[in-house]
Amino acid sequence: MTGEISAVECVSSVFQRIREVEDRVHAFITLTEELALKKAQEVDNKVSRGEKVGKLAGIPIAIKDNICTEGIRTTCSSKMLCNFIPPYDATVVQRIKEEDAVIIGKTNMDEFAMGTSTELSYFGPTHNPWELSRVAGGSSGGSAAAVAAGEAILALGSDTGGSIRCPASFCSVVGLKPTYGLVSRFGLIAYANSLEQIGPLARDVYDCALLLSVIAGYDPKDSTSVNIPQKDYTRFLANDIRGIKIGVPKEYFEVGTDPSVAKCLWNGITKLESLGASYEETSLPNLAYSLPAYYLIAMAEASSNLARYDGVRYGFRVDRDDLDWSEAFSETRRIGFGTEVKRRIILGTYALTAGYYNRYYLKALKIRTLIRRDFERAFRKFDVLIAPTMPIPPFKIGEKINDPLAMYMCDIDTVPVNLAGCCGVTVTCNFVNGLPIGMQIIGKPFDEGAILRVAYTFEQNTPFKDVRPPLRGR
Amino acid sequence: MRKHLSREQVRHIAWLAKVNLSKEEEELFTKQFNEILDYFKKIDELDTEKVPPTFHIIDLKNVFREDEIGPSLPIEKALLNAPRKKGNFFKAPKML
Repeated sequence: MTGEISAVECVSSVFQRIREVEDRVHAFITLTEELALKKAQEVDNKVSRGEKVGKLAGIPIAIKDNICTEGIRTTCSSKMLCNFIPPYDATVVQRIKEEDAVIIGKTNMDEFAMGTSTELSYFGPTHNPWELSRVAGGSSGGSAAAVAAGEAILALGSDTGGSIRCPASFCSVVGLKPTYGLVSRFGLIAYANSLEQIGPLARDVYDCALLLSVIAGYDPKDSTSVNIPQKDYTRFLANDIRGIKIGVPKEYFEVGTDPSVAKCLWNGITKLESLGASYEETSLPNLAYSLPAYYLIAMAEASSNLARYDGVRYGFRVDRDDLDWSEAFSETRRIGFGTEVKRRIILGTYALTAGYYNRYYLKALKIRTLIRRDFERAFRKFDVLIAPTMPIPPFKIGEKINDPLAMYMCDIDTVPVNLAGCCGVTVTCNFVNGLPIGMQIIGKPFDEGAILRVAYTFEQNTPFKDVRPPLRGR
Repeated sequence: MRKHLSREQVRHIAWLAKVNLSKEEEELFTKQFNEILDYFKKIDELDTEKVPPTFHIIDLKNVFREDEIGPSLPIEKALLNAPRKKGNFFKAPKML
């Protein structure tokens, strides 16, 4: 806090904005105004007493509703968890609280983070602040829309196959998927545990780097957390990319990428070249197999992770004494889960059954090895890779809802990063008909500094971050 | 299009997964699963005979600590979200 604005003023202004636009955007499932103002007052009191305050002092932050918050309802956008109040905080929540951030609410998402549009929420879809008839992207659509609409300064999302980068691209905010293992997953409600990571969404690259610096770091409570020294990622934000070698994998432009998206990307790459980087086309030959491999792995892991929803320890329960355990379990899940969740659990179960394990699941894991090798080979030559974030501009609400395969195809540009365990950030590289187009900057594992540096330099030398959605308050 | 799954098979896998389906869902899923599995057939193009699988991107190790009694979630907090409980226990549906 600089003292120019108090935490209470800052938080109050955000809630004012929420009152003005939230009925049209629907970024939140739960708002915590009273708690937030109390916390903001505590921060102001600390400042007035001359006490040291944290890096995020008084900053209003929205949390995706699959990240556990002690005492605050955490639903995963599902009927199954619509009354679930976690008895503990996720490690990332603990860390932002230690830095005096102010939690303002829990954001809408695709149920259990399974989706690409935030239409698959039990609580209804989030609308894109740039054009309300369009999707915000998913599954962290609420988090991205909240930041884009000015309803939050920062947000946390989770990214299993692109769920931070996709909505960040569709809503024109900065979204980063960290390297697998960099950010603790303790308290993240699991969907596909070998792929998902919590990450930041912000209005600009600096804020994104700041939030990443707070949440990253080893956590003994998470066996998938990697013990490496913590970094201040804001230190990488030099407005200088001279000498940076960029690889542009040609396959990203061969998989149904809309010509308008490709044009924006190439203009962005040319801009980076004019700023001192060099670029070269390259190849990731197995990229075309990443989408089926991703969905097979994610569905298999989902079928296992979601077995915990049995209606006994928490969550929705069909309360009928005439049903035995097996019937009550199955009926609870029929009513408690939405269609996409059921689709993935059942297909995942199929892929893991004895007769099909080798054909589907094991084969997908082997393809994952090939994709990882492709990236390793590319990173021997290049510092970063550049690709579209989404193959198409934001689409209309309802346009793909009845065609799951068409929806899955939208993840084609983001899933390879999760399969390979790399990091990726998206920044806006232009607008087409008033809709944002995202540029994905991909880095080798634990090289978040490099992708943030490229993203920051691009942002500082282009006008896109200052363009705001035409969403007026009422 | 060759059918990968019949409606009866979908019903059986749903039973294995402990998810009841409505008649409409059975019909819808049978159609959609066949389309999705048809797309997944793309992975058959690759020869992965000599490729090791990547189950996890990092080397996972079990996290051990000393076998000392530490604080745990109090019973009332652990039971807070249970739909049914009796005393200090979760109340589960009958097994038989």
